[in-house]
Amino acid sequence: MTSLDQLALHQPAVVNAVQGADAAMTPELLRRLAELGFLPGERVRVVARGVWGGTPLAVRIGTSTFALRLIEARSVQVTPEPLQHP
Amino acid sequence: MNAVTSVASPLIALVGNPNCGKTALFNLLTGSHQKVANYAGVTVERKEGVFETPQGKRVRVLDLPGVYGLEAQTLDERVMVDALLGRLPGEQRPDLVVCVADATNLRMNLRLALAIKRLGLPMILALNMSDLAERRGLKIDTAALSRELQLPVVSTVGLKRSGVESLLKELDSIVLPANIGDAKTDTSSTAQQLERDHAEVTRLLRIIGADRDTGESTSDRIDRVVLHPITGPAILLATLFLVFQAVFAWATPLMDGIETGVAWLGEALGSALSEGLLRSLLVDGIVAGIGSVLVFLPQILILFFFIIVLEESGYLPRAAFLLDRIMGSVGLSGRAFIPLLSSFACAIPGVMATRTIPDARDRLTTIMIAPLMTCSARLPVYALLIGAFIPQQRIWGVFELQGLVLFFLYVAGIVSAMAVAFVLKRTVNKLHAQPLMMELPTYHSPSLRNLLIGLWQRAHIFLARVGTLILSITVILWALSSFPAAPPDFAGAPIEYSIAGRIGAALAPLFAPIGFNWQISIALVPGLAAREVAVVALGTVYALSSTDGDPSGSLTPLIAATWGLPTAFSLLAWYVFAPQCLATLAAVKRETNSWRYPLIMAGYLFGLAYLASFLTYRIATALS
Repeated sequence: MTSLDQLALHQPAVVNAVQGADAAMTPELLRRLAELGFLPGERVRVVARGVWGGTPLAVRIGTSTFALRLIEARSVQVTPEPLQHP
Repeated sequence: MNAVTSVASPLIALVGNPNCGKTALFNLLTGSHQKVANYAGVTVERKEGVFETPQGKRVRVLDLPGVYGLEAQTLDERVMVDALLGRLPGEQRPDLVVCVADATNLRMNLRLALAIKRLGLPMILALNMSDLAERRGLKIDTAALSRELQLPVVSTVGLKRSGVESLLKELDSIVLPANIGDAKTDTSSTAQQLERDHAEVTRLLRIIGADRDTGESTSDRIDRVVLHPITGPAILLATLFLVFQAVFAWATPLMDGIETGVAWLGEALGSALSEGLLRSLLVDGIVAGIGSVLVFLPQILILFFFIIVLEESGYLPRAAFLLDRIMGSVGLSGRAFIPLLSSFACAIPGVMATRTIPDARDRLTTIMIAPLMTCSARLPVYALLIGAFIPQQRIWGVFELQGLVLFFLYVAGIVSAMAVAFVLKRTVNKLHAQPLMMELPTYHSPSLRNLLIGLWQRAHIFLARVGTLILSITVILWALSSFPAAPPDFAGAPIEYSIAGRIGAALAPLFAPIGFNWQISIALVPGLAAREVAVVALGTVYALSSTDGDPSGSLTPLIAATWGLPTAFSLLAWYVFAPQCLATLAAVKRETNSWRYPLIMAGYLFGLAYLASFLTYRIATALS
């Protein structure tokens, strides 16, 4: 298990949980992440990284795409899935 | 039981996630029959419109702010929930809710639909962008969905005239309960509730056949280029350059046209009327005032043309994504770049453009620093002072000294803006760590209808609100500069005799420490109308006889001979900061819905201006 910010680009994964990794991630912000669809069992992957410093991350969650800063992505615990081979 | 068609002018509310195409649907239904204002006491836009159903019933519709959930964290969410529960002061509770869902993203949109349903209001679910869903191979069983949700479900397309037919048919036939009863007001969405809703949505998607993975979409393919580390920034730079060019260069001929037209009108009136107060009021006051308002319109329309196109197409969040690192380091949103960029032309459209920044604090910070961007109105002042005091020299054989000084002034504006933003981030905004969590919606081609309606709304807001303020200010300043009229035997410039003159003279001791002489002090009073007015105002104070256009030709040798270099530099420093533009403050008043922020802005900018002028004058004096 790892956090979203650690995922390699386009690596498929599944959300385990959303929990505060930092004091700045208040319960309201964590709930906002859940509202946006970061819920246990949802498919997730990073589709792009920011040019400078790898932030923010463009993340595909379910069928939506959101830009998250590193501190927000760190709050999403994920389990990488094995890549599909054709 | 009342049908929608028998309640007199029922009120329906359009709700949905951001980017679900709700506003396009609203525009399709109401066309130009819509009114944009603010909800009482808040800076949330209130959009209401009317339309007629095929059976001839008049329906009022409110386009409520798009939200992700009903937890009511942001101002938009609070207003939206309060509107639905009838808790907004002076607002009627809607009779019916139309929940708009993006058919290509039901996974997210249905969660909100479930939460809205729990509020207990009569509801219709509209699956919007159904044409896109079809194209992607999603076959949604709307009958099954309707059965499972126990709600009417219709398919809509926000961009085609025929796209609302099924919705209108449903509105004509739906039967509303006579008594809605108290809505369930518990809108809290705990984590468990969210997970329950999510499980329910997953179940529904399976039943209606919408849970297949549709693979990489066109939108995804575009993003591979747009968000790429190399092509991404390249495209962004090109786009920003285009916008900058457009607002700066393309607007100029239109603005010149307006100014010529206004001048012609002024002359026509001037020759038609005899010399006197009425002529002066009409020509120098009202016509000049209206002219000074209209002249902003080309820039505003061009800027908002690009903003609406970029927003509608979905590119704006990508630009904010690419810029987030830089802007975030000084506490600004990535979306602040367009308003700040356009402030290089003029801060008024820039301030209006901050509307695209969702977070209130980010928006306010951007508004506060926008006037520091070197706007085009400063150029006449800079040109006059540089022309009079900076020698035409070549530095290192390549750079023109005059050009370098101008460039330096531009950089000074940018650096001070970043510095102020940074200070705000560390002090006032310190405890307010606003997250990014920004959606990157599917790309769409912008619709002409939405573009025209959007432009019309912005123009209308500007003319009706900001315009009236600017006009009042211009007339008041004209009055201050003309009364009392100097007697014929008065020795000095006529303006010295007026109230503006006396105010300026009274201010002279205040400005003495920063090297301003009394002529400058007086000129700064009418110079409050707009920055470029300073040059004309100086001409007035020096009682130059030029009655047409630009007095700087005669002014340049005059001030070069009578002012000192320290005074000139001090005035330059003053103009980097000072809000010598009441029109901008008027725009800030409108965008922040209060007098507080324009006053704070005027206060801090004048403070910085005085400090900068003081330091510049003292240092320049010491060095000379």
